[in-house]
Order: sequence, then C-alpha cells, then structure tokens
Amino acid sequence: MAALGLVLVTALAGCAAAPSPAPHPGGEVGAGLDGTVVVLAAASLTDVVGEIAGQVERAHPGLTVRTAFGASSTLAAQVAAGAPADVLVTSSAETMGLATDAVGGSPVVVATNGLQLAVPAGNPGGVTSLADLADPGLTVALCAPEVPCGDLAVQVLARAGVTPAPDTYERDVRGVLARLRLDEADAGLVYRTDVVAGADAVEGIELPEAVQVVTEHLALASPTAPRPEAAAVVVAALLGPAGRRVLADAGFGLP
Amino acid sequence: MLVVLAVVGTGVLVLPLVALLLATPWSDLPALVADPAVLQALRLSLLTAACTTLVALVLGVPLAWVLAHDDLRGAWLLRSLVTVPLVLPPVVGGVALLLLLGRRGLLGRSLDTWFGVTVPFTSAAVVLAQLFVSLPFLVLAVEGALRGADRRRALAAQTLGASPAYVLRRVTLPSVAPGVAAGAALCFTRALGEFGATVTFAGSFPGTTRTMPLAVYLALDTAPEQAVAMSVLLLLLSVAVLVALRGRWLGGLPAAHAARTTRVRA
Repeated sequence: MAALGLVLVTALAGCAAAPSPAPHPGGEVGAGLDGTVVVLAAASLTDVVGEIAGQVERAHPGLTVRTAFGASSTLAAQVAAGAPADVLVTSSAETMGLATDAVGGSPVVVATNGLQLAVPAGNPGGVTSLADLADPGLTVALCAPEVPCGDLAVQVLARAGVTPAPDTYERDVRGVLARLRLDEADAGLVYRTDVVAGADAVEGIELPEAVQVVTEHLALASPTAPRPEAAAVVVAALLGPAGRRVLADAGFGLP
Repeated sequence: MLVVLAVVGTGVLVLPLVALLLATPWSDLPALVADPAVLQALRLSLLTAACTTLVALVLGVPLAWVLAHDDLRGAWLLRSLVTVPLVLPPVVGGVALLLLLGRRGLLGRSLDTWFGVTVPFTSAAVVLAQLFVSLPFLVLAVEGALRGADRRRALAAQTLGASPAYVLRRVTLPSVAPGVAAGAALCFTRALGEFGATVTFAGSFPGTTRTMPLAVYLALDTAPEQAVAMSVLLLLLSVAVLVALRGRWLGGLPAAHAARTTRVRA
C-alpha cells in the first residue's frame, strides 16, 4: 500500500519534472569559482542569457551556470519568497521591485527594449506607419492591454494619437509574432528583439522617437545569494563587452 | 486496496472543483458576473456553441446514420477519421484549421483572392473550431443510439415502400431522439469549453472571438477573482447540462420507451 503510494507520488513528481534547487558541490567560499550558480531570467531573455551563461562557464571551467526562465513577475516572487537564486534578471523595473522590496540589493540596467511596428515579409498590407493600425481593412494583431507588451502598445499608440482597429488581442508578444510569421495578420506591435527573432519572416519598422516607450531589463546579484562572488561574475558578464555584443545582436538596446 | 485507489481517483477529479468553489468570492459573484466584458464573453460563448450544435446536428446525424450501416465498406476507416479529432490536442486542430482556412491556407488562399473572405478572427472561425472538436461527440453518440435501436420497424417501413430518407426522418430518428439529444448536449458543452483550437485559429477579440474560456485564461493573470467567477459560471452551466442529460437518461429514456411499447401494443 505505502509502496504503491510511493510509486504514484514518484510518477507524478517525474511527470512534473520540477526543477529542484541544486546543491552547491564543492562550493567552499573563497575556493575559486566552481560549483553551481543559479540564474533566474525573464523568458524574453532566454536566448541571450543562455549564451552569456555559456560564456561564463567557458571562462570559469569549474563553474556550472544553471538557468531557469519564466515570467518576470513569477521569478521575482520566487526570489522574494527565498528561492536559492544567485542572479535575477527581469524585463521591467516594476517586477524587479517585487524582489528588491523583499531581499534588497541594487539592480543594474543591462539592456533596453522597445516596440516596433512589425509586418510579414514583403509587407502585404503596405503598412508604413502606426496610423495604418487604425485601418479596418487591415488585419491587425496586438497584445492584450492586460499584459506588459499590450500595456506598452497602449502607451505608444496614445502618444501617436492613433486609435487602433485590432482583429485579435494576443496573450503575449510571441502570439502576435506568430500571427505575423504565418501571414495571418498585416501588422502588429512587437518588441524590437522579436523582429530580430522573427528573422526573414518578419520585417520591422522603427517607431518615431517621440512615441517610443523604452523598457529596461535589470539584473540583480541577490544579497541573499548562496554564491555571491559567482553572482557578481554573472552580472559582470551581462555588462561586459562579450555580453553586450550578444545583447546587441539580439536587438536589445544598451544602457 | 481497490476502494482506496477509487477514492484517490475520485479526489483527482473532484478536489480541483472543490478548491474552485472554495475560492469563489460568492458575495461578489453577481457583480463580477454582471461585468459587461463577462456578459459579452458569455453571450458569444452561448451563441457560438448553439450554432455549432445546430450545424453538428445537420452534418452529424447523417454521418452517424452512414456509420451505423454495417454493410458499408470502409466504415471502420470513416469511423477512425471521425474519431481522430476526439483524441487530438485541440490546439493541433487549430493549427490544422489555420493551414486549411487561414489567409495562406489550402482553401483560405482561394477564398481570400476570389471572394475577399478571410475566416480567421471571425465568429465563424470560432464555430468552425468548436465544430472540429465537438462534432465527433455527437456523431459517436448518435451512432451508438442508432445501433441500439430496434431495426425491425425501420425494415417494416422499408418493405411498405418508404424511402430511406423518409424512414430515417419518420421512424428511426424519433426512436433514437434521446440519444440524439444526449449527443447534442455533449456537443454543446464541449463547444462551450473549447479553448485550444479557438485561440489558435480564431484569435481573441472581445465580442467577436473571445469566448468564456479565452476570457478566463486572459483574466487569470490580471483579474484572478474574475477568472474564478467566470470559471464557476462555466462549471454551473456544464453541470446544468449534465443534470438535464441525466434526467433524460434516468427518467426520460425508460419512460419514453415504455410509452412507445405501450402505444405499439395498443
């Protein structure tokens, strides 16, 4: 009976595959950079943080960088609740505030981002400016105003004095990008980095500076980090020349 | 041992709903549900699910009738094809619909260039998505009822010179009416709950394509108590359909059957 229960629980746990906080093997303070450093980062930074983590591991052969990605708000809440994370990277100052309110520390801006008007390759709708988003004849995809990219779109469109006529509100920016890549929508507002990620399938049109709203990505070496010296190394890598090159290639702005 | 497992199994199904009911802000519920955005989503959900059920009846009953004929060669293949959407993740159905009827889809491309019709992002797309996932429920339920029906009266009508369509309409269908109603109810509730295919194929816009499940999913991040209220509303709706259905199964069916046999004897 108990054995069966154990089997069930193990099976469920196996299905869930929840990342468990890793121990820090060989992590004696001052013994050089080895062991494991845990980095939590916003999903929008998956590729760049993964690449920069690789750079750190190559520079410090004894060190393993464990990365986990998710919504900034979720990750910040985890850090605030005492998750054994060394570095937190969020996609907004507000979400970073959730973490620093609880654990303190001074986050630094590692990259900036902003919206771009995006169209499918070849621009089938002949879109040239934000004003085209008000054209009811065009199929327009925007993020829902309830989510961060949609909130940003509302601000940008208000600055531009455009009342959009969207055909669908997506729950996240990747949803908008998918509509454009599949050529189901003529135009949408996505992050500049998403246009870069969309490669040949999507073209970006830069917004006028006067209407652009810049978002900041912040990194925090947590004051409660199990590996403070390794945390500092990761944050330095995000700010260093190699890290900046990775961020710039992905379309991020640099502070 | 078996009983314990059965209890655990029941818990897996029931406990989440208990948690939902416990988390429900009952006193605020009327105000939360009366929100114009919720009413708009509810209206769209009921309308599209009703449309879907009607179309499913028109297309599904003949399909079930064809499947119920054992002499039909390749019936097993047809039945497998009908069953596929039942076991397919709905989001895959949405992708498939997009590839068929999207602006660059197999048929959608021609619809766009010849008639200027684009299906995605319309309420019609919602109905199509719901139809794709819920039609099999109706077809299989009606087929089961047709197979269980006494075929002798249909044969008798046939020998008296009635055409197949007349026999189906006047003899067979009335005798399997409870089965058809059950199939329609299953189809309706499945359509009401459709999420994956709808969000993939039809998009999400208030009043046009944002049905209740889509509204719940969006509200979960931003207005959790509203998401809970809408979830309870959907739960109550589904249970209401289930209760109506059970009324048919437990009370209606044998009574109707008894009435029929009496009438036949008389």
